[in-house]
Amino acid sequence: MDWTFTDDRPIWQQITEQLTLRILKGEYPPGGRLPAVRELATQAGVNPNTMQRALAQLETEGLAVGSRTAGRTVTEDTAVIEAAARERARAAVAACLRILAELGYSPENALVFVKEELSNE
Amino acid sequence: MNEQLVTCAALTKRYGGKRALAEVDLELGRGRIVGLLGPNGSGKTTMIKILCGLLQPTEGAVLVDGQPVGPYTKSIISYLPDRMYFADWMKATDLFDLFADFYKDFDRTKAMSMCASLGVTPSDRLKSMSKGTKEKVQLVLVMARKAQLYLLDEPIAGVDPAARDFILSTILTNYNDEGTVLISTHLISDIEKVLDEAVFLKEGQITLHDTVDNIREREGKSVDALFREVFRAANYEGGAF
Repeated sequence: MDWTFTDDRPIWQQITEQLTLRILKGEYPPGGRLPAVRELATQAGVNPNTMQRALAQLETEGLAVGSRTAGRTVTEDTAVIEAAARERARAAVAACLRILAELGYSPENALVFVKEELSNE
Repeated sequence: MNEQLVTCAALTKRYGGKRALAEVDLELGRGRIVGLLGPNGSGKTTMIKILCGLLQPTEGAVLVDGQPVGPYTKSIISYLPDRMYFADWMKATDLFDLFADFYKDFDRTKAMSMCASLGVTPSDRLKSMSKGTKEKVQLVLVMARKAQLYLLDEPIAGVDPAARDFILSTILTNYNDEGTVLISTHLISDIEKVLDEAVFLKEGQITLHDTVDNIREREGKSVDALFREVFRAANYEGGAF
């Protein structure tokens, strides 16, 4: 598992996104335990406070559940995870449509094009 | 216990007519990793030497854990100098003996295990070690103490990039939670990920002190990129090349 960071945004936001992706992919399954802050920080080569902030954000979003004694686990509420996955998918599609629009595809043509591509696969 | 670990007020240092620090105000909290960033000659080493009591400020005051610099502050500060100051006939293990004598908080077991993970043979004499290996030994000495303030003056300048990552992870995994680490460097891209805060020092004055997150959020670029912008060398008069 590799961590890559870009220069344009705070690192904790990028960590939150990458951890979210791992949860959505099931690398950290629902109800499964997340590694400790220090462990994750060492893995990613970042400051523990940065990792702490990224994990706190996961809790705010409901994807992770914290407990003082048992550490953090992924939520068992699969509805929350599915909602997060849908949100990701929506953003990806929106980005794709934006690029197609810039290339001059009308919404109808974009749809035709996407269908064609899908049938080619 | 004082809220701020380090407080500098109107700190000024002159070397003869040359002013190395000019009325610097700086506060550092606990449990932070702070980058002291500036080009050569901006006052980084002067700042660190004043904090650890090797230099007297010309004007202004410094408090560490609420105390003026003195025997108490020296006992809670672990300092990595920018150059080697040990006799080269010594072995790393001799230095561990020395540090165990001088500092109550020196953890010999930890030092030995850090040597193992950094690939340093503690029974080797310093004179048989490469420059990078000597730097690693010094880092081991400094990080094997359980100090409140670690002052690291250019800890990664002399080692190769692979060793750099390793040294940074050593710093990350070995500083204690209550302790603050102040790292001076001009190699920012390498250490940016591990920093909580960045302090920009320019010609003896602090031009920026903020969290790395805030800087990235506000500027939309890395601290490294901002640094290059702020400290871009002025063009020579007489036009472009």
